[in-house]
Amino acid sequence: MTQTPERDDQRPLALKIEGVSKTFGQPGGLLQKARPGVRAVQPVTLSIPRGETLGLVGESGCGKSTLARMLVGLLEPSSGRIEIDGKALNTGDPAAFGRLIQYVFQDPISSLNPRKSIRQIMETPLKRLHAMGRKDREARIREIFDSVNLREEFLDRYPHEFSGGQAQRIGIARALAASPQIMILDEPVSALDVSVQAQVLNLLARLKETYDLTYIFITHDLAVVEAVSERIVVLYFGSVVEVGPAENIFKSPRHPYTKLLASSAPVVGRPLAAPEQSHTELPDPLNPPPGCAFAGRCPRASQPCRTIAPPLTPIGDEQFAACHFPLED
Amino acid sequence: MAFLKLLFRNKLAAAGLIIMGLVVVLAVLTPWLPLLDPDVTATGDRFKPPFSAGHLLGTDHLGRDLLSRLMWGTRLSLMVGFAAALIAALLGSTVGIVAGYFGGRTDNIIMRAVDMLMAFPYILLALAIVAALGPGLVNALIAVAAVNIPFFARNIRGVTVSLARREFIDAAKLAGMGHLRIIVFELLPNVAPVIVIAMSTTVGWMILETAGLSFLGLGSQPPQADLGSMLGEARSALITSPHTSAVPGLMIFVIVMSINLLGDGVRDALDPRLRSGALTRPRAVTQIDRQQPAPEADGASLLALQDLSTEFRVAKRTYKAVRHVNLHVAPGECLGVIGESGSGKSVTALSIMGLVASPPGVITGGAGRFEGQDLIGASYETLRAMRGDKVAYIFQDPLSTLHPLYRVGDQLCEAIRSHHKVTAREARTRALELLAAVRIPNPESRIDNYPHEMSGGMRQRVSIAMALANDPEVIIADEPTTALDVTVQAQILSLLNDLRRERQLAIIFITHDFGVVAQLCDRVAVMYAGQIVEEGPSQAILDRPAHPYAKRLMACVPDLGQGRRELEAIPGLPPAVDRLPDGCAFAERCNKASQACRVGSIELVGTSDGRRAVRCLDPEESLS
Repeated sequence: MTQTPERDDQRPLALKIEGVSKTFGQPGGLLQKARPGVRAVQPVTLSIPRGETLGLVGESGCGKSTLARMLVGLLEPSSGRIEIDGKALNTGDPAAFGRLIQYVFQDPISSLNPRKSIRQIMETPLKRLHAMGRKDREARIREIFDSVNLREEFLDRYPHEFSGGQAQRIGIARALAASPQIMILDEPVSALDVSVQAQVLNLLARLKETYDLTYIFITHDLAVVEAVSERIVVLYFGSVVEVGPAENIFKSPRHPYTKLLASSAPVVGRPLAAPEQSHTELPDPLNPPPGCAFAGRCPRASQPCRTIAPPLTPIGDEQFAACHFPLED
Repeated sequence: MAFLKLLFRNKLAAAGLIIMGLVVVLAVLTPWLPLLDPDVTATGDRFKPPFSAGHLLGTDHLGRDLLSRLMWGTRLSLMVGFAAALIAALLGSTVGIVAGYFGGRTDNIIMRAVDMLMAFPYILLALAIVAALGPGLVNALIAVAAVNIPFFARNIRGVTVSLARREFIDAAKLAGMGHLRIIVFELLPNVAPVIVIAMSTTVGWMILETAGLSFLGLGSQPPQADLGSMLGEARSALITSPHTSAVPGLMIFVIVMSINLLGDGVRDALDPRLRSGALTRPRAVTQIDRQQPAPEADGASLLALQDLSTEFRVAKRTYKAVRHVNLHVAPGECLGVIGESGSGKSVTALSIMGLVASPPGVITGGAGRFEGQDLIGASYETLRAMRGDKVAYIFQDPLSTLHPLYRVGDQLCEAIRSHHKVTAREARTRALELLAAVRIPNPESRIDNYPHEMSGGMRQRVSIAMALANDPEVIIADEPTTALDVTVQAQILSLLNDLRRERQLAIIFITHDFGVVAQLCDRVAVMYAGQIVEEGPSQAILDRPAHPYAKRLMACVPDLGQGRRELEAIPGLPPAVDRLPDGCAFAERCNKASQACRVGSIELVGTSDGRRAVRCLDPEESLS
């Protein structure tokens, strides 16, 4: 994958990913040799301009969370290079790094330490990342809580006292306290009810304007990702299969997998029909197929698909697909 | 305070606490008690029996006062035991936390070293340590502590490993905390209760072990008394003057017994799983407490719920999870029940077959009729015969409904054979048919798989096959596709749809997804705060919702293909079902609510043909 899917965009880059991949080793014990690992993420190359919301979609096990965790330094990439704000990713100084990029977790309750009050949770990034004094911290927490619609009386309570939606807003408030430039949102609304989900999504959209943030929004929900993103990246089996502007990618998908995803989501007013045969099996990560990983499920697959992995190639103006036989309009 | 309350609920633990408290207080006060000097010998007064003048418990082989030696000895033994426990807990927990937090190679090396330490018989190891350091109480203490380090290290490592993978640790890393800070401020507060529990259950052992070393002459040195050395010195006179052995022996027994009783109590009171009552075994059938007689049967539906109410009684609170719900399904029909978390949709489904856990669940009214027969209040045998045979369930998470240690084929056969007397071979043939019916490719090879060898979609197919095993007439599916990927969900939904058409199955489909309702369900009931707020044919409700909640909930769901936009949201949260407001439960979040909405109870009003109904004073659509 040498092509860089770039938008024709003059904004400075917030994040640049070059050939980043991750292989999880299967370490033996003291005596066994390590076995060949699982390729969780194939080399990915992406550029994200400042102020963009990039959606990252895919089904479970497609590598979207692994990719995200590499971006925030929680996992070491096996190869490739990540640049944040023009400089190589460097976790050597945790304080400086934490001010660049933050992560909002999927499970709002388990991302808050059950034994710490909300105030203690909120103060940590202010103390560690910004070395703020007591007075400044209080003022800043008040300001952040105000912007995420949380009441100050919550500060002295403990995480288990909150509903999912409130806990997620606390998680967002904690990430905001670091005043980062980039926020990685890992399924931030999947654990929430529909009526609350919309509250959180609208809040995120407003915060982005206020604080001039760049978002990477990870989800499996196509309708949600379409509603919040400018550009969407579709992952399958650890590889980017399609990149394109949010308004087009599901309307006119180029990769058959994107089309399958778009037609699988149950939609009011569309009759029920299984879009693919039930006997299709997912590829085995320990024994990945040669060529295109989707070939086994793809109705259009032919000989080259089973031997040569298709590179990500531009189709039309802004869309890119990794397919030998991309779909036409 | 809550902790003490829980502790005292356990009578034995309370007794242990009182006895232990007494012993500790006496041991602490020993220097100020009017006792004889424990070390003064008087060979003329050897082996005086208990209750002799001046010596309440008698004297030992050197004529020393036994009561005084017992008190001083207990003091010493307790101090050594607690000190050893503290040292072992401190070192062992540190080792365990470090190994568990850093993982990988660090973990491997540390834990193998701990394993080697554990491989020695403990008394041999203690003897070796004392032999190397020389006899003496301090050295015995070191030996006992060292021998117990592995116990703490292994226990604490296990807890730490699961905590260190939690997201709040990652969040702390991103908030700029270093490893030491994370260990001290994030991990330790969560591990501390486990350390306390482990200590409370091991202090007794440590006292015994120190006594053992002293008994062998390796601990306290004469003339200093501790319980072990007293026993050791009395050994030669065991037959002639048994009281010299019995006195310290009884004391050891009392101390260790009371500590162990107390330790068990502490563990039970601190363990969150036990605290929530998870170990109280639920009854086989939900408890029934009907205030009024069951309503008369009406109509001839296959399955009908009439006026069903279920609540959870926890301490002084009553959570009204389901309030006066009426539902019915006919053969071949799919009824959707839609609502958000906490709306009571799952509890409604579980109430039908008495599957709500009791305590705390109680069905407080109504009837659930299968072919006219009321299932609420039916005996366990009746329900057991019908569960799976007439009415089957499919749950959300197939990984937790399938037994991980049995092959899926064996689980299917068991489901068949629990209701029908067939041979193993016939059951297996039937199981193969079922797997084929739910479109599992290669059923012959898949039947011998364990659940973990299958993907989520395949496992859910197995659960559906299991639900179909006895040709039930009704299937209750509780969010069966929520845990699955969309491409797999589409397959499962179309499978369920085919099955109901082929077999005239009635399906009650519980979901939070309007897309699913639109595609699969003929009729739908919308639930909010335990009540049905709207019901009717799916298409009619999706096109023209009448209840403001239904209408606004649908507006919150983003539709695919509309691009970037602001989403509709409903402000606020659903009410807590233990503090329900008067009137309409949705009034607080509703933009149309008036004063009338906040008083009395608002009825579900149906159309004249009975096809639609809505619980609202000012519906969005007039139904007629």
